[in-house]
Amino acid sequence: MNEHLIIAPILIPFVTGALMLLYDDRQRREAKFWLSIVSAAAQLLIAVELVVRAKTGGDISDAEGISFYLLGDWAAPYGIVLVLDRLAAMMLVLTALLAIPSLVYAHAGWDRQGPHYYSLFQFLLMGLNGAFLTGDLFNLFVFFEILLAASYGLLLHGSGQLRVRAGMHYIAMNLAASLLFLIGVSLIYGVTGTLNMAHLANLVSAVSVEDRPLLHAGAAVLAVAFLVKAGSWPLSFWLPTAYMAAAAPVGAMFAIMTKVGVYAILRLSMLLFGETGGASAGFGASILIILGMATVLFGLLGVLSSQSLGRMAAHSVLISSGTVLGITGFALAGGGPAMLAGALYYLIGSVLATGALFLLIEPMNREDGGIAAMLALTADAYGLDSEDLDEVPDTGLAITATMTVLGICFALCVLMLAGLPPLPGFIGKLAMVQALIAQTALPAGLAWAFIALLVVSGFATLIGMARIGIQTFWAGDSVLPRVLALEIAPVVALLVVLALTSFKAEAMLRYTGGTAAALHDTVAYAYGVFATPRVADRPEEDAQP
Amino acid sequence: MEIILSAAIGILSASGIWLVLRPRSFQVVIGLCLLSYAVNLFIFSMGRLTPGAPPIMPKGGFIDPTLYADPVPQALVLTAIVISFATTALFLVVMIASRGMTGTDHVDGKERSQQ
Repeated sequence: MNEHLIIAPILIPFVTGALMLLYDDRQRREAKFWLSIVSAAAQLLIAVELVVRAKTGGDISDAEGISFYLLGDWAAPYGIVLVLDRLAAMMLVLTALLAIPSLVYAHAGWDRQGPHYYSLFQFLLMGLNGAFLTGDLFNLFVFFEILLAASYGLLLHGSGQLRVRAGMHYIAMNLAASLLFLIGVSLIYGVTGTLNMAHLANLVSAVSVEDRPLLHAGAAVLAVAFLVKAGSWPLSFWLPTAYMAAAAPVGAMFAIMTKVGVYAILRLSMLLFGETGGASAGFGASILIILGMATVLFGLLGVLSSQSLGRMAAHSVLISSGTVLGITGFALAGGGPAMLAGALYYLIGSVLATGALFLLIEPMNREDGGIAAMLALTADAYGLDSEDLDEVPDTGLAITATMTVLGICFALCVLMLAGLPPLPGFIGKLAMVQALIAQTALPAGLAWAFIALLVVSGFATLIGMARIGIQTFWAGDSVLPRVLALEIAPVVALLVVLALTSFKAEAMLRYTGGTAAALHDTVAYAYGVFATPRVADRPEEDAQP
Repeated sequence: MEIILSAAIGILSASGIWLVLRPRSFQVVIGLCLLSYAVNLFIFSMGRLTPGAPPIMPKGGFIDPTLYADPVPQALVLTAIVISFATTALFLVVMIASRGMTGTDHVDGKERSQQ
């Protein structure tokens, strides 16, 4: 029975979401909310259990702590297989950790803005969990489509012209990316004859010389599809508008959506083009490094030039995914697992912080009527007449408990995103920088350029966010925003988790270090699938009817 | 047959890409449809072209796989058709909503200003 736990993160949201479709929103909202919370909490518990299992090596897994689950009891590579390793388990926990605060926040009002919010949310969770767990390329496509279809609905949640327009761009972009995904998958299938990721990892080094360019083309087309999701630089112009237009709790959840793209690139490139990739080893590494750096640069320029917190938060999502993309490139080029460990730790922290920031945007802007007022304020703040600036503190409001709480939360988010101690942003960046300095596989100039970008992006975030903070907390008008406890509690919860991440940094870095090492050593993954016995072939006492 | 199939895929995707880059939302929808047809044909061709061969093998005995078509791409195409059909339908709804809200069928929700 225990082994079936792997599929639970997919089944629980699926069943919950489908069940909630049967009931009308207006009469059962309270019940739907609690059902969603229970579902998300169950996912969190299971994810934590799966992390423990991945860390120690569970009862059905082989030595390296990777568990396999043969769907329909078909032997690999004929059937679809779910794979639970450290990376997948970590992402599952992160998803559930982000989902619960976002749900609580939505209950403060956003869930009344349109139908079936909770169902769509559960389907999004199902798609995310499935994408993290699957070990099959085409199944990955299906889960991507599930999470995308749910995200289309969620992005449009609340309607309004801005959302519909941003939603249309978002859908068109992702439809095109899905088509690229299919082209890539079918090219890889055409060359290797398999869709199973582990089987692919075995076959890559054996691909004949004349077929290798085709395999590379397929992988590159596939990577473009993932890079669109990850918000990599030339493919990310849709992202800030879409994320800004989304309702606050949806925006918070979208913070992890870019990381699905990053996850897919990390998983597939390490598996196919890692050290065991033969002639293909390291394929695309330099491109990933360059794109990652370009994305960080684009994100930091965006943060500096943004006039609203929403746009700024969206650009800081870009910075964080660009950082992890670049480090993936370095790791692929042979930079060693240490920097990847830092990047994964940074990924956890930055997802939680951007999620919290998206939840903070709306309460912070409540009293001054949103973006339009924010623009006017900025114009004031940068007015040529310096006397205007001097007058601002006089009209400033006395900071009350609401403003204090908001201010502290905001400051903590900024500290995290800017990479200042003591929050995980600093520790993660420090680990990455240390590893980048120590690495010898790549020209030192490239590593130093990346380090410089890391530091400058943190500095830019600090400048941009401090500007917004000054406008909101020191130069705001005297009307106090009315912030519900239901809205601030999720933010506080996310920040507490962040603090714990920082407090437990050593243990977490050890975990991500193990994750990075496991990603580099693909043997357990690539051969474990084939060593997994079918239920029908197992000794009598284990077999289930 | 290879020439015809590859030409069909090429023409479909070329027309699709051209339409996707047009400013009217309906053209974008049609472009995405054409592109998805091209992609479906492409997936199909990745199972190699084997005219008149069944994809399902009979049970038992030794079977020569060269006499059969690859069933996997056919299954993939089915899935891909269903998914792209559903998402295109969703896109159409969003397009109509955008048309209703903005009063224009431009993808940006507003006409480009005349010079």
